[in-house]
Amino acid sequence: MVQFILERANYWAIIGLMMVGLYITFQSANMIKRLVGLSIFQTSVFLFYITLGKVAGGSAPILFGRDAKGHGAKVDHSADPGTHGTEVAHAETHGLIEIYSNPLPHVLILTAIVVGVATLAVGLALVVRIRESYGSIESDEVRRMDIGVADAQDADALVEATS
Amino acid sequence: MSPETLILTVLSIPLVTAAAIFMLKRIPDLREAATIIGAVSLFGAVIGLVASMGSAPAELVLGQAAPGLIFAFKLEPLGALFALVASGLWIVNSFYSIGYMRGSRARNQTRFYICFALALFGAMGVAMAGNLFTLFVFYEVLTLSTYPLVAHKGDEKAQRGAQIYLMTLLGTSIGLFLVGVVWTYSLGGSLDFVPGGLLAGKVGPVEASILLLLFAFGIGKAALMPFHFWLPNAMVAPTPVSALLHAVAVVKAGVFAILKVAIYIFGADLLSTTPATEWVLGVACFTIIVSSLIALTKDNLKARLAYSTIGQLAYVTAGAMLATEAGFLGGSMQIAAHAMGKITLFMCAGAIYVATGLTDISDMRGLGKRMPWVFCAFFVASLSIIGIPPLAGGWPKFQLLLGAVDGGHGYVAWVLLISSLLNIAYLLPIPILGLMPPKGTPEPAPYKRPEGAPRFVVAAPVLTAAGTLVLFFFMGRIAAFLAPAMGGA
Amino acid sequence: MLETIISALPDMMVANAAPLLVVVPLMLAGICVFVPNGRAAWVLTILGSIISLLCALTLLLQVGAQGVVSYHLGGFAPPLGIEFRVDGLNILFLLLVTCIGVLAAIFSWPTVEAEIRAEKHRLFYAAHLICFTGLSGVAITGDAFNLFVFLEISSISTYVLVALGGTRDRRAFPAAFNYLMMGTIGATFFVIGVGFLYAATGTLNMVDMAERLALIDADNRAVVAGFAFIVVGLGVKAAMWPLHQWLPNAYAYAPSFVTMFLSATATKVAIYALVRFGFTVFAPEYTFEALNVALIFGPLAMIAMLACSFQAVFQTDVRRMLAYSSVAQVGYMLLGIAIGTSAGLSAGLFHLVNHALMKGALFMAVAGVVLTYQGTRITDFAGLGRAAPLTMTAFAIAGLSLIGMPLTAGFQSKWYLLQAMLDAGWGIAAVVIVASSFLAVIYMGRVLQAVFFQAPVNPRKQRREAPLLLLVPLWILTLATLYIGVQADWIIDLVQAAAQASFVPEGVL
Repeated sequence: MVQFILERANYWAIIGLMMVGLYITFQSANMIKRLVGLSIFQTSVFLFYITLGKVAGGSAPILFGRDAKGHGAKVDHSADPGTHGTEVAHAETHGLIEIYSNPLPHVLILTAIVVGVATLAVGLALVVRIRESYGSIESDEVRRMDIGVADAQDADALVEATS
Repeated sequence: MSPETLILTVLSIPLVTAAAIFMLKRIPDLREAATIIGAVSLFGAVIGLVASMGSAPAELVLGQAAPGLIFAFKLEPLGALFALVASGLWIVNSFYSIGYMRGSRARNQTRFYICFALALFGAMGVAMAGNLFTLFVFYEVLTLSTYPLVAHKGDEKAQRGAQIYLMTLLGTSIGLFLVGVVWTYSLGGSLDFVPGGLLAGKVGPVEASILLLLFAFGIGKAALMPFHFWLPNAMVAPTPVSALLHAVAVVKAGVFAILKVAIYIFGADLLSTTPATEWVLGVACFTIIVSSLIALTKDNLKARLAYSTIGQLAYVTAGAMLATEAGFLGGSMQIAAHAMGKITLFMCAGAIYVATGLTDISDMRGLGKRMPWVFCAFFVASLSIIGIPPLAGGWPKFQLLLGAVDGGHGYVAWVLLISSLLNIAYLLPIPILGLMPPKGTPEPAPYKRPEGAPRFVVAAPVLTAAGTLVLFFFMGRIAAFLAPAMGGA
Repeated sequence: MLETIISALPDMMVANAAPLLVVVPLMLAGICVFVPNGRAAWVLTILGSIISLLCALTLLLQVGAQGVVSYHLGGFAPPLGIEFRVDGLNILFLLLVTCIGVLAAIFSWPTVEAEIRAEKHRLFYAAHLICFTGLSGVAITGDAFNLFVFLEISSISTYVLVALGGTRDRRAFPAAFNYLMMGTIGATFFVIGVGFLYAATGTLNMVDMAERLALIDADNRAVVAGFAFIVVGLGVKAAMWPLHQWLPNAYAYAPSFVTMFLSATATKVAIYALVRFGFTVFAPEYTFEALNVALIFGPLAMIAMLACSFQAVFQTDVRRMLAYSSVAQVGYMLLGIAIGTSAGLSAGLFHLVNHALMKGALFMAVAGVVLTYQGTRITDFAGLGRAAPLTMTAFAIAGLSLIGMPLTAGFQSKWYLLQAMLDAGWGIAAVVIVASSFLAVIYMGRVLQAVFFQAPVNPRKQRREAPLLLLVPLWILTLATLYIGVQADWIIDLVQAAAQASFVPEGVL
């Protein structure tokens, strides 16, 4: 049991972070805190991907040693892009000598981090604008102000309709 | 002209008329002339179409909206009868409308005449529909085009009445009728009107029962209880519109659709083996009696006439549900006979309103002395509605009685008799008290309009009252004309 | 005629239509920032949308001829390389997005000029083009992770666009913020789901993924978890009930043009992704038999149709009313998708296309009213039938189509939906469809009654029609609605091909 838990330690950490992030996002009224929660939530997903890519005992995915030589010998065959895929599949099935981590999740997460940063930037910019026009960054206060405005408008409409 | 072109002509005349009315909106005289010319030429085209029918049934396929949904038109005797009634009465009603609208100085007259023409477009489409899809489409065209007419006055009350009108008709048609149509398509594989019944032999009793209920209540224009309340609410409309609703197009389109569904979708054989037929027949009988009783309690003339319509048109539904040849025939004849009678009654009510501003029956005692023509017309039309020969209303009642006895529904015969008695009770006192007030009745209120009712407004009901008499002698030919459609019963 | 137009295009464009469709608006977005004024940016936007539309038309021909068009980005072959893959389903959405894009771009100028501050015009159009890029990217890519990236490209620019409504009404800011929170959580859920699938299959190419998933046990938990995350994530983007909370406010306070464009495209593209995953990546047998998604989607869709139509009845603001109606209409589409039959899917897609047309037209007409009378409450609409007959007639026709009147597009798709429901034995769903239609009668009826039968509240309202630039696209959409209402054969062919394509992943790699 203990072993089962410990072997998956990074997954537990990811789940923990995810829950923390989601909780802050939903519970907090402060918009900055909600953005912080969102970022924590997203970060947990980044970690999830990177964990997926890790192969036990694997090194950074840069060919070295005999693999590099073997690969070098095949370079001229892979010049044609159309056969590139089959070439890689070939290398996979016939097995490389060294063990590497999977590089693809890292690359994906680079993209996802960029997306996350952009979202955060837009979010923060919005908070600035909300502060400028409402004078508050607490969601419930903002909502209260909005409801007040809506009520006033409805009352206006009623007056207009009856007059 | 070939039948195909004639069908297209019949469909396009109301549209062209509507367009012409719109173009001539600045010149009222020409605008009204356009309505009259449209009405007359429509009637002419329908007569031409019916005359050309003798040789071969007229058919026209306009194309398909989507696979299975085909715009097809096919004129058969029942549709021909409806088309003739609707287009013929449009002429009378147009003259009357012109008199009425000018007499009461109504606003938005252009919109009124355009919507009227569009409603006739819908009615012609319903009459000539070659399948259930086309029928449904034009049924909705009719609903939408009459909505502005009901709301015509534009005040709070008219808007509320029109809202109920639209909600009931759209609600029932989308909620029940459409489901019935879609289901029919998935059970029957098509939506064509097949002599002897599209669904015959294709559905079990449970499915047939549910379908029949969907149609009977989904066709809300037939005003079967409990979906009848839109009709009294639509009384806020100007009188020509009420005449249109009751006599020319709307309610008639409803019962016509019920007849079509009964004859061509179900067929007599399937109907007589479907359990729900009995139930719908029961509801129709209930509607006949109860609406007559409610009519007795109404003092507002138009409201009383509205409940009378509900009862009289339940006759048609009852006839359809009898599932015998005599029943179908009686129902179809009732469409024509009731149209002639009821349009007279409404035009009389309108004439009284335009001249005096009176709407309540209790205020009309002795008014007949001042408006003898109107009250005589009212009297004749009442007799026709009640079903006294030699007036048109006698025939259908006779046929329905025959059908009820034939089909072994003895109680329907009693319902019809009681209904006739009730008709006497709520209709006849109006003209009798109008023409021969008891001694000591105070003089009726003076005319609101010094010159009385406009000439058109008086002439039109007198003409149609005479029509009920003429129709009586033509009923035999109509029956012979209709008989082939009812065959297989 | 289509062939002649396409043959007039340069060969390079025909050969590379798939990437150009996405790349051209993206490049133009960058250029927009540097042009001298907003009007030039507007012209560039129209230009970009039209080029995309031409690319989509080219692809339509190519898909018709060869079934599937596959373009390998950078020359790297899938499954490792990213693939743009266009089949019957993609092309439907590409056509929808680009057609709406062109019409929206044409109509945008008067409303943007009125609602957005002048110095922001260029940036506004840049953001719009990026959003457009993202939406068409989602519809064209064959790679699951790439789909996420495009989804976020469109979403982030959408948040910006919605927030630009803040100059007119400050409530746009919190609306955009909430949309951002919900949208980002949804997108992140989607990524988690893709991560699970990647862990289970080792591939991101959707066709490849489908093949490998077919070999995996149905009760593999990673796959089930991945499916659940993806459905919830895309459900947020598609405004699936009860994940729709962001939509009413975002639609109500965004600039008119943004509302119109988003209502016709954004949720639709998310539904595309849902269909792609539910039918292609996970085989229908898996989605509908092993997981029995119908039992989740079906009731949710029905609740949406009833609850949101009901909420729409009580709105006083026309745009909010239409927004709630949109959520309800998403229910119709999901219902068609949920029953898992080919007939249901094509009915759902058909309704999706029709809804894009009629909601687009409705919001365009509302934009016209905002432009001329500065008001979106129902009372502001009173008596406009007389003041702006052309705009309001189009509004009425689109509204009737929303209700499902015969002779309009809405009737056709409801007909197909009803038939699919009855054939599948979902009698309850048929009842819900008609009940929701009836609610639509009530809420549209309220507005139409105000428009045509009430006296104007404000006596200043003389005859003031929306500008021609707005009327032309509005009437194109309206006439399209009517045309589909009487002649839908061609579009039914298109949606049936789309349904076919989503069922059978063919032409592998």
